[in-house]
Amino acid sequence: MEPKLADYKTDVHNDWCPGCGDFGIVNAIQMALTEMKIPRHMVAIFSGIGCSGKTSHFLNVFGVHTLHGRVLTFAQGAKLANPDMTVIAAGGDGDGLGIGAGHFVAAGRRNVDMAYIIFNNAVYGLTKGQASPTLRLGEKTKSLPNPNVNQAVNPIALAIASGFTFVGRAYAYDVRQLKDLIIAAIKHKGLAFLDVLQPCPTYNDINTRDWFAGLDNVDEITQKPKPRIYKLEETGYDPMVHYGSESEVNEKLTQGLIKSNEWDTKIPTGIFYQNELVAPYEERIADRVPNYLENPPAIQPISSDGKSITDISKILDSLEV
Amino acid sequence: MQSTDITWVIGGPQGSGVESAANIFARACAVTGLQIFGKREFYSNIKGEHSYFAVRVSDKKIRSNVKGITLLVAFDAETLFRHVEDVYDDGAIICDSDLAQIKVDEVPTLEALFKSRLVERLSSKNKEFSVQGLLDICKERGVTIHLVSFKDILASLAEETQNPSVKKQVAIFSSKPKIAELNKQAANYCYNFATVKFPKFKYSIPEIQKESNTILVQGFQATGLSKMACGCRFQSYYPITPASDESVFLESKEVFDVKDNRPGSTLVVQTEDEISAIGMVIGSALTGARSATSTSGPGFSLMAEALGWAGINEVPLVVTLYQRSGPSTGLPTRHGQDDLMFAIHAGHGDFPKIVYASGDVEEIFYDTAKCFNFAEYFQMPVIHMLDKFLASTITTCKRFDPNLITIDRGKLLEKIENDGYKRFSITEDGISPRSKLGLENGIFWNSGDESDEFGHISEDPINRVQMMNKRASKLDLALKTITKEDQAISFGTAEFCVLSWGSTKGPILDAIDMLKKEGFNVGFIQLKLLQPFPTDRIKSLLKETKIIIDIEANQAAQLGSLLNEHLDKKVDYYILKYTGRPMTSTEIYDSLKKILQNEAEKTQVLTYGA
Repeated sequence: MEPKLADYKTDVHNDWCPGCGDFGIVNAIQMALTEMKIPRHMVAIFSGIGCSGKTSHFLNVFGVHTLHGRVLTFAQGAKLANPDMTVIAAGGDGDGLGIGAGHFVAAGRRNVDMAYIIFNNAVYGLTKGQASPTLRLGEKTKSLPNPNVNQAVNPIALAIASGFTFVGRAYAYDVRQLKDLIIAAIKHKGLAFLDVLQPCPTYNDINTRDWFAGLDNVDEITQKPKPRIYKLEETGYDPMVHYGSESEVNEKLTQGLIKSNEWDTKIPTGIFYQNELVAPYEERIADRVPNYLENPPAIQPISSDGKSITDISKILDSLEV
Repeated sequence: MQSTDITWVIGGPQGSGVESAANIFARACAVTGLQIFGKREFYSNIKGEHSYFAVRVSDKKIRSNVKGITLLVAFDAETLFRHVEDVYDDGAIICDSDLAQIKVDEVPTLEALFKSRLVERLSSKNKEFSVQGLLDICKERGVTIHLVSFKDILASLAEETQNPSVKKQVAIFSSKPKIAELNKQAANYCYNFATVKFPKFKYSIPEIQKESNTILVQGFQATGLSKMACGCRFQSYYPITPASDESVFLESKEVFDVKDNRPGSTLVVQTEDEISAIGMVIGSALTGARSATSTSGPGFSLMAEALGWAGINEVPLVVTLYQRSGPSTGLPTRHGQDDLMFAIHAGHGDFPKIVYASGDVEEIFYDTAKCFNFAEYFQMPVIHMLDKFLASTITTCKRFDPNLITIDRGKLLEKIENDGYKRFSITEDGISPRSKLGLENGIFWNSGDESDEFGHISEDPINRVQMMNKRASKLDLALKTITKEDQAISFGTAEFCVLSWGSTKGPILDAIDMLKKEGFNVGFIQLKLLQPFPTDRIKSLLKETKIIIDIEANQAAQLGSLLNEHLDKKVDYYILKYTGRPMTSTEIYDSLKKILQNEAEKTQVLTYGA
């Protein structure tokens, strides 16, 4: 029997604030898994610490709520030990781009075949609204005693520079587009990064739902708000690397970087950059260990009747005197 | 027949071939049937600083190095400055005659502190501040000095073998056949040269009956081989001395044969830091794969938080902890047993873990596999305590027997029939049946938060107590389940009894043998299980003991404080060493003798070794 949407939900009480963008993300993940018909036991969601960290408890698949900033490390270990699993990592912007930034960069270099979703709201919600790595310089969200003294990191540009082979952005209140991008990220062969703009109704009083909708930015002639969010695909933007020549790759990387710097009045969503010509980590391993994908660590037999079946005799022979 | 017990030391600048030369010498001796115990000492440096290798060769079982050198071979002046005074009166020194005139001030790698001690020594003997001055002191006490012109040797070797490239030869060893041939010629030449020129040296290497199934092996290889044999299929690590050798070894042997199966493999992942290393290990362990990481003190410090996560989520994993001298970077390439208390207490909050220590290279092979059994059976992290001394010891020992390894995966499930699986179900023995990622009907949740039986976050006070008690009870179970012999080994108890842990085992046993020959009887208990502490086992072994002597390679006497905490009897004497150099049996012998003769201070601090 094919799994239904409800099958991917747990009955754990969801204690996110009313109106939180996180609801849209967890719904979109459930919709994506339903649409992809992935058996529940073949999916593992790893999450970081913070509001977004609770995501794994709301999904009825293997859920591993890890440590602050370390979600990518746990997720990569699991995926590499059992490459048959569909692995999704999820975490906040503070989790992934602050305390976990080193792992973010290293993961990009590896290009393990999995998806990483950042719930990006520019604040540390669960600790009552401190500035996160994506809050802009000089902005003062409501619980900050002073305006933010740090520049914001650009998650899209950082992902491109680190080697992620799928880099996209979605908006938490556009669940349909978000679901489609999650599916694309999961299907992508390599490490996919999805930056999800997720308004925090409690602590971020700047990047609100109304702000994204452009209510503060009314067209002088039509008197209509000019929404900030727009879709790259509707502008004829092509993020895909098709041939892999140096000039083509450079061009695609560069256009992604340029697009990633748009913010104040126009905020692009969709896929910024995608390159499936870069071998995922698993393939690089399989080049060295020919049966790695068919016989990965998780399924290798190691004993028979409690006795070792690994043959180390050749190595011992070489040590004999 | 006179017994053989020779210590051969070779020294020179790092990168000059000291280790290759020593390995060749050790192997050559081992092939003749002799026992080997060798250790390498080096600075935290790639090229140029002083490094040396001490190879002890005997026709009897040896487990340690000793004070003193029988034959010193020097590639450079620094080796002579640092070691000539350790050469026995009837020993010998071989070095390049060009080195004799080199003055103390001309060796920039000698530390100022060392230089001033050296100059003081030379002026007290009215000698010039040069290699020659030191050699003269040695000569006066009977040491044989062979000054050989290396240039002349190369020149005549080139002529004899009609191979002009010998003159330019810098590589001492290489796997390339041409160079191997050159080395063979050089070896033959030197053998003939020495036979003619050094006729009076009293020591020689006899050929004796070789014991079958003897291997020449280093500690890190023993760990790696055991991990392969016992089914560890995932190892992540961040480069750190002295732990990385093991991971590199595992990667170099990543594909292997498996009986009645397709080839197996170990996935070795070099991570961006030790936090990632242990994070990946946890992720991998959750899939059911036996998983481990290897590190040293600084890296282990970074792993502490994740260790607690593995504790609360009952994840079986093994951390092989090769201790070195701390704190901080400390003496990064030197030995120490400084991390016992840290290992026991690593991570915030109360959670169970096992800390287990091996005493020698052979033990490492069998203990590593036991650590994986402990991890899976009790579903908790296991810290396997090793150290730099063990990692870099090269020794002859009986060929490891993988058939002596058992693999016990505890309550790991291969199949779950029904819905409703609870990863942390409350059971009678405190251990819940364990699912793994990918197992149908086995879906579970993990969280660093306290959780209910399913693994979902719970802050309920009653659940909290139940879960804390469930996890803690596994430590009691471990004490009941782990055999007495695996908890602590008794090498005989006596009125005077040594208690120690880890790599001090070899030097202690050799020292006790030396004392036995003089009619002194000293007991020795080697603690292997250090957390949970095997109080009952140790108490029962100590019934006859009146005087407890704690021996360990750290300043704070960390085992000593555990003994004082858990036992009724208190430690009477401490023998400690924290110079970064491993203990020699001679030092322990000297210190124990003082205790036996009631002439010892409560704490003796050992300092031998360059």
